[in-house]
Amino acid sequence: MSDMDEMEDGSGIVKKFMFLNRKAPHGTVYALEGLEVVLITAAFDQDVSMVFTDDGVYQLLKGIDTKGIEVKDFSKTYRALDGYDIEKLYVDQSSIDARGLTEDDLIVDVTVLSVSEMANLMAEQDVVISF
Amino acid sequence: MPMVNIAGKDYEAVEEKVELTEGHWEVVNFLREYYAEYQIAPAVRVLTKAIGKKLGPDKGNNKYLYELFPYGPAKQACKIAGLPKPTGCI
Amino acid sequence: MLHIVNKSATDRGSLESCLAMATKGSAVLLIEDAVYAATTGGAAAAKIQAAAADLKIYALGPDLAARGMAARVLDGVNVVDYAGFVDLVAEHKSCQSWL
Repeated sequence: MSDMDEMEDGSGIVKKFMFLNRKAPHGTVYALEGLEVVLITAAFDQDVSMVFTDDGVYQLLKGIDTKGIEVKDFSKTYRALDGYDIEKLYVDQSSIDARGLTEDDLIVDVTVLSVSEMANLMAEQDVVISF
Repeated sequence: MPMVNIAGKDYEAVEEKVELTEGHWEVVNFLREYYAEYQIAPAVRVLTKAIGKKLGPDKGNNKYLYELFPYGPAKQACKIAGLPKPTGCI
Repeated sequence: MLHIVNKSATDRGSLESCLAMATKGSAVLLIEDAVYAATTGGAAAAKIQAAAADLKIYALGPDLAARGMAARVLDGVNVVDYAGFVDLVAEHKSCQSWL
């Protein structure tokens, strides 16, 4: 963003935002809603981290086929995040372990963090938004 | 008048007051490919950047895209492409 | 009796409540987020496999596919489609949904 833009609209303040995803993809609307909010937030040039813990890690699985339940396959949309300059994707190690999953099962490149690393990441945020 | 095929139905492009040139189709087809791959219509900023990457900087800029689609490259081009509005677009 | 569970076993306790109440010979159908319990490697896998000794365990195929789990179904779990779902409801005298 140029200095001119900052003067014009008074913005330019960058905060650390964490979007915390803890729900499986289709049983509730949380996963899709969270993803849409992240895409909208991308327009505001903030420091965005997307975190997947607990059942939220299921959102990133490869091989999803939603034709049978007639809903949008938004797992493909996680691959568009890079184009929106959202590059900080974090997955909780213990959550994938507990579900018999590995990093190779996931549709996007992520950084896998231990619980304590995740705790530190959360503690340093200005805003945490939970889905 | 050029016809536009949206979800299996033919519409006259005149409804949008746009005569579809090759340049328009490039953008419309790009949007359709983007949607097929990512299941969303891109935000203008993302579209501009991606068009620039694929078709060159002379096309990947706001001036060129707004000249093609005066009502907004995201909103109007998505409508012609038969796609939903980009997420967050009002 | 047919028991239907639709919540993830790693998020809610409804599968556990269901398995505690389901009597020998009953059927348990896992749908929506409950299908994760019927897949390999997860925390609920052992519970489902133990339960399969006394209960008939079913999982809804379209829900497995929509969650990328079609190829990870546990042995002993019967995958059914929507028509099979209807058959199960019709076959059983009563039906309990663990919402």
